[in-house]
Amino acid sequence: MIITKIPLDQVQSYLPLPLYSDSVAAGFPSPAEDHTDQALDLNEHLIAKPSATYFARASGDSMEGAKIYDGDLLVVDRSQRPEQGRIVIASVDGQLTCKILDINNRCLRAANPDYEAIPLPDETDLVIEGVVMHVIHHMCWA
Amino acid sequence: MFALVDCNSCYAACEQIFRPDLRGQPVIVLSNNDGCIVARNAEAKALGIPDLAPYFKLKPMLKRLGVHVFSSNYPLYGDTSNRVMETLRQYSPSVEVYSIDEMFLQLDGFTMDLNDYGQQMKQSLWQDVRMPVGVGIAPTKTLAKLANHGAKKIPQTNGVCVLDSPKKWQWLQKRMPVNKIWGIGSRLSKRLVEQGIITIADLAAADPRQLGNLFSVNMERTIRELNGESCMPLEESPPAKKQIYCTRSFGQRINTLAELQQATCLYAARAAEKLRAQDSLAITLHVFINTSHHASDTYFNSKTVKLDYPTNDTRMIEALVKKAVAALYKDGYSYAKAGVGIVELQGRSHKQNDFFTAGQSMKSEALMVCMDGINAKFGRNSTHVAAQGIGGRWAMSQKMLSPAYTTRWKDIPEVIC
Repeated sequence: MIITKIPLDQVQSYLPLPLYSDSVAAGFPSPAEDHTDQALDLNEHLIAKPSATYFARASGDSMEGAKIYDGDLLVVDRSQRPEQGRIVIASVDGQLTCKILDINNRCLRAANPDYEAIPLPDETDLVIEGVVMHVIHHMCWA
Repeated sequence: MFALVDCNSCYAACEQIFRPDLRGQPVIVLSNNDGCIVARNAEAKALGIPDLAPYFKLKPMLKRLGVHVFSSNYPLYGDTSNRVMETLRQYSPSVEVYSIDEMFLQLDGFTMDLNDYGQQMKQSLWQDVRMPVGVGIAPTKTLAKLANHGAKKIPQTNGVCVLDSPKKWQWLQKRMPVNKIWGIGSRLSKRLVEQGIITIADLAAADPRQLGNLFSVNMERTIRELNGESCMPLEESPPAKKQIYCTRSFGQRINTLAELQQATCLYAARAAEKLRAQDSLAITLHVFINTSHHASDTYFNSKTVKLDYPTNDTRMIEALVKKAVAALYKDGYSYAKAGVGIVELQGRSHKQNDFFTAGQSMKSEALMVCMDGINAKFGRNSTHVAAQGIGGRWAMSQKMLSPAYTTRWKDIPEVIC
């Protein structure tokens, strides 16, 4: 029988020890310990339906009257109904465009007097790519 | 009852989500490395573009026909697939992700009209995700797959096909060849045709025991499932893989041993990552290298090698791969492809220590956990074994890659205001 010598550092065994999230109290226990909550999650506040939500970057000044500025981040939900007066992402000539949906006057309106309204094509052709739910605008670039 | 929801030309449809200008246009997607065509939408199929054809051969024709061509964008496809799954969870608590573009749903005890329910699924997947799908509903998974086929091929179904009575599924089975059944490949169907089994209806009418003995227990199950007897349950958490492969074609041909070793070490690292993710240890590796099939002088060789002890340590696996490639390598060839497979593996919890040989040390376990942790946080390959080299020529070529619209901040779609 051949006996092979095994270096000690290769025969360490593995013994996981339980790790408690509470540390051992060395002073007074925290009075808040039994009352902790999860920290607030902004996603929960801004996104109702994650599987139907996407982010987009605004480009241009036609929606400044609705407080959407160039470079702002838009939170868009595809599952929402495009109703009268809602700010939507529409496909205009194959391009994603952000405008106010004015079904009553059959047009997409800008929120800036410098821009003309875009007449809606036949209802069947209009494709709404989601409703803008929130605008995230940076106030301070840290 | 099971529903099978299958995305229509999934990758091509993903490319159209944030490009409304491409809807109604022919779109194709290429494999890794822009090698061959792996997805074509209906418009591209109508132009007669063949599946799995090499891209370089068709390039002039695609350009002339105005086909939109994309490199594969897996971050986009993966995220879209998750959205499809999340949307489907609203329709059943039990969803099995069968592949990136196919999901099974369990609909047991649902009393509503299943055709309407299928239409609702289809509509909300288009509304919420912009993914076109076909839905097949039937009492077994094999029949649901068949129903899905019907949903795609028969326009009157409007994309949803429910086979809830023998009369309905027999109608379809009579009209379809046996090679269209789930799990019956071309070799198996050839043998079946030799037995006089030509349509699916022929197979459904065969004796399950007899054919089970002649072929395999899977064949018996398939026959029972074709007759409405459910034998394959929903698998919500996929079983651990029995083999893990990582194979790629190189961006450019490789003709030195050092580069070939670096490339295969990278694939070994990827395979080892997958191995650790499913908590397994590697025992035997399969390494292969080959030239292009189109080359004037072809060479193809592979080698199977065994590790000293079961391990998931990338360093051990890469060292062995390097040695194997050195043994396989022959001078004077231009190599086009290589791969590393972990062909024998075991669960880490089943590990048996051998008294006379050392096992994987605690130190290497800790190092791998640390490496995976860093790479998960800072991006793939942030840390790697130096044997992989840095920025090799074998790296994937993806010349027509679309933005990762939903997974990278700098890539989110721009909207005109």
